[in-house]
Amino acid sequence: MTAQPRLELRQVSKRYGAVLANDAVSLSVEPGQIHAVLGENGAGKSTLMKILYGAVRPDSGEILWEGKPVEIASPGAARRLGIGMVYQHFSLFETISVAENIAVAIDGQFDLKALTERIRKLGARYGLPVAPERLLHDLSVGERQRVEILRCLLQEPKLLILDEPTAVLTPQAVRQLFGVLRELAASGCSILYISHKLDEIRELCEVATVLRGGRAVATAAPKTQSAAELARLMVGVEVPAIRRDGHARSTAPRLELAGLTRAASDPFGTALDKVTLAVHGGEVVGIAGISGNGQSELLAALSGETPSAEAMIRLDGSSVGDRGVAARRKRGLVFVPEERLGRGAVPAMSLADNGLLTAHGLGLVRRGLIRRHPVLRFARDVIERFGVRCAGPMAAARSLSGGNLQKFIVGREMSLEPGVLIVSQPTWGVDVAAATFLRQSLLDLSRRGAAILVISEELEELFEICDRIAVLCRGRLSVARPREQTSTEEIGLMMSGIDARAA
Amino acid sequence: MRVVLERREEPLRFMQVGAPILALLLTIVLSWPFFLLLGLDPPATLKIFFVEPLSSWNGISEWLLKASPLILIALGLTVGFRANVWNIGAEGMFTIGAIAAAWCGLRYGASDHVWLLPLMAVAGAGGGMVWAAIPAWLKTRANTNEILVTLMLNYVAALILSYLVNGPMQDPDGLNYPQTASFEPAAMFAPLFSGLRLNASLFITAAAVVLSWLFLERSFLGFQMNVSGAAPVAARYAGFRQTRMVWLSLLSSGAAAGLAGMMEAAGPLGQLTPSISPGYGFTAIIVAFVGRLQPLGIVCGGLLLSLLYLGGEAVQMSLNVPASLARSFQGALLFFLLAADVSIVYRIRLRRR
Repeated sequence: MTAQPRLELRQVSKRYGAVLANDAVSLSVEPGQIHAVLGENGAGKSTLMKILYGAVRPDSGEILWEGKPVEIASPGAARRLGIGMVYQHFSLFETISVAENIAVAIDGQFDLKALTERIRKLGARYGLPVAPERLLHDLSVGERQRVEILRCLLQEPKLLILDEPTAVLTPQAVRQLFGVLRELAASGCSILYISHKLDEIRELCEVATVLRGGRAVATAAPKTQSAAELARLMVGVEVPAIRRDGHARSTAPRLELAGLTRAASDPFGTALDKVTLAVHGGEVVGIAGISGNGQSELLAALSGETPSAEAMIRLDGSSVGDRGVAARRKRGLVFVPEERLGRGAVPAMSLADNGLLTAHGLGLVRRGLIRRHPVLRFARDVIERFGVRCAGPMAAARSLSGGNLQKFIVGREMSLEPGVLIVSQPTWGVDVAAATFLRQSLLDLSRRGAAILVISEELEELFEICDRIAVLCRGRLSVARPREQTSTEEIGLMMSGIDARAA
Repeated sequence: MRVVLERREEPLRFMQVGAPILALLLTIVLSWPFFLLLGLDPPATLKIFFVEPLSSWNGISEWLLKASPLILIALGLTVGFRANVWNIGAEGMFTIGAIAAAWCGLRYGASDHVWLLPLMAVAGAGGGMVWAAIPAWLKTRANTNEILVTLMLNYVAALILSYLVNGPMQDPDGLNYPQTASFEPAAMFAPLFSGLRLNASLFITAAAVVLSWLFLERSFLGFQMNVSGAAPVAARYAGFRQTRMVWLSLLSSGAAAGLAGMMEAAGPLGQLTPSISPGYGFTAIIVAFVGRLQPLGIVCGGLLLSLLYLGGEAVQMSLNVPASLARSFQGALLFFLLAADVSIVYRIRLRRR
């Protein structure tokens, strides 16, 4: 290891209005080091990354690149220094090939043939096999991530930043990614790994900088410290364990899918093929699967946004397949979508108004007129019970961080005391403490008699809260297996289309 | 150098009021050289434009009389605009409303009944709604573009009016002029003050301001319309029915425009001629946006645009300038308003390449 760190931050601060997003943060990354930035939502991780990638200018503090002070004025400047960034949400075009996707990100002229060859070589060298001629919409999420990483590697970065890279991967794909990252580090590239998943950080990273409330509160050695210790550093208090009380399943199912079949809604969609499932009151059923395998089609069919044949969906015994959203909500079915802004909430409207969006049945409207006080009280109540960090009920939905808005939306839907709750990615982007709380709330709701269906890509989460788990792959749903009778390995294999028991 | 727009973290509050004022100032700046080209003294022209019309009771009466239909139509349009339903057809709805009201007024005019005016009002609103139902039905059934359909129906309505006043509804004693007989006094609004044309229909508009405020800002249905305009996917998610929003938008704007047509026919006109509207249905679109789709803002916008009409007429009469001057003025104002609106949400930056 050389004496000089590749990247050093000294006392970097950034203020947004009243919020100090980064408060005198210092950290130092050595060449070839895999360095974790660990923190809850709103701890300042993304601001820090934006500063490093030139998207945001710090108010004060110093950035040293290989010992020399630098100013990173734009993402282009960051790339020229040798900083590459892999975002959580990919910025790729569906209708063009892998090579073309990479070409559009390169400044200036390019030769597509030579580029294709370079992509192939680079992929072979780091164990990132992707055929450059393939069209992007054919690729799985894991493959798309490889394209993003390859795109960075072509610039020969000295520092690669990855933002929550495993959120969308199967356990097997995570293994593969870790192999690539270790390889990269061994060749001298430093890696800044942003995550809140403690197990991964403990497995992969040598050093972790822990952010809390905008400040770097600790530098930890994740390989030697326990997950509980790291969690305590990150959250500041002890994280309670999930409590699973024994459950009494209702005899009749509350939600039934009987051979739910529908064609794909767009050329890149997935058709649903005879999806059959019964969810009883008092239980939590999980649907695992890599996104793009029919999840969005299944959710739209369940919520009523796209109606199907009458008999395909039954709620408490009555057929509702052809009924719309409003009719299903009246029968006690509520739904938390994966897209928070624009679907689960109206971005420009206040939290109070966003409460009214679906909770209008709770006495918030009288004789067609909105009752301001109950509306405000409802929003305040959700904010308080679910620990939503915001400026109050009049704060616009778009002003909240993703995790906080998620808490508000899940809280709003749970406050309706539904008979059937369908939730997609319930804790996606939500911090550890809040995720634990949301999972516990879901479990408690089911134990009060509700039927809960969770669609998630996070296997740990499904195994933590579900009583039974099924897998959705290419529009087909497997049989739901009791949690005790399966394992993450088996479900992970089924997610990639291999069913060991069926063979 | 290139100009870039950056989204602000928070919309700029003072520009929400400042943008219309800035737009007015820019309009004046732009028109200054045009006044000079026409051989006019700009300050004096502006005085005739903005001050002269309001310097007498008669002027104020005319001001309110013109503002009233503009405000009423704009309130109706706003309901749709908030839900992203772009109705450009208020002019046609206004015309059909006036025709329906006039037919009632002529048919039962001699009866001298107290219910005659209310009947005409219902006929006017109903006529506008029937005309609005056509684009609503086509949009919800066949997914046609309401902008095109409503725009075309304006011409259809104008031709129907022209046919009627030249044929079935023509005044038999009218020396073959293309116009209907004059209404009986019972079929007309009484003036509020003797000698002035301002009449009791002003209270209809006042009531509409209160009602539309209540609907847009306080009712759950109004909230649903706002949601379907601001985030259509969220509206679907919450189970608000899109077809209902389209019908409601078009019917309420049709009713308002039709009622305004009735007020004009049974007010200052007293009969139908081929040109009953000086473009109220189109100007009201400007009014709605100048008032930024808020009932109280629309009142201010209606008063402003009405003043522009009167000012345009005043400069035409006293300075002998073309009639298109007032229209250019309105056009420039809307243009600058939309441009100034950008600054509420965006920051304009110059950036080196």
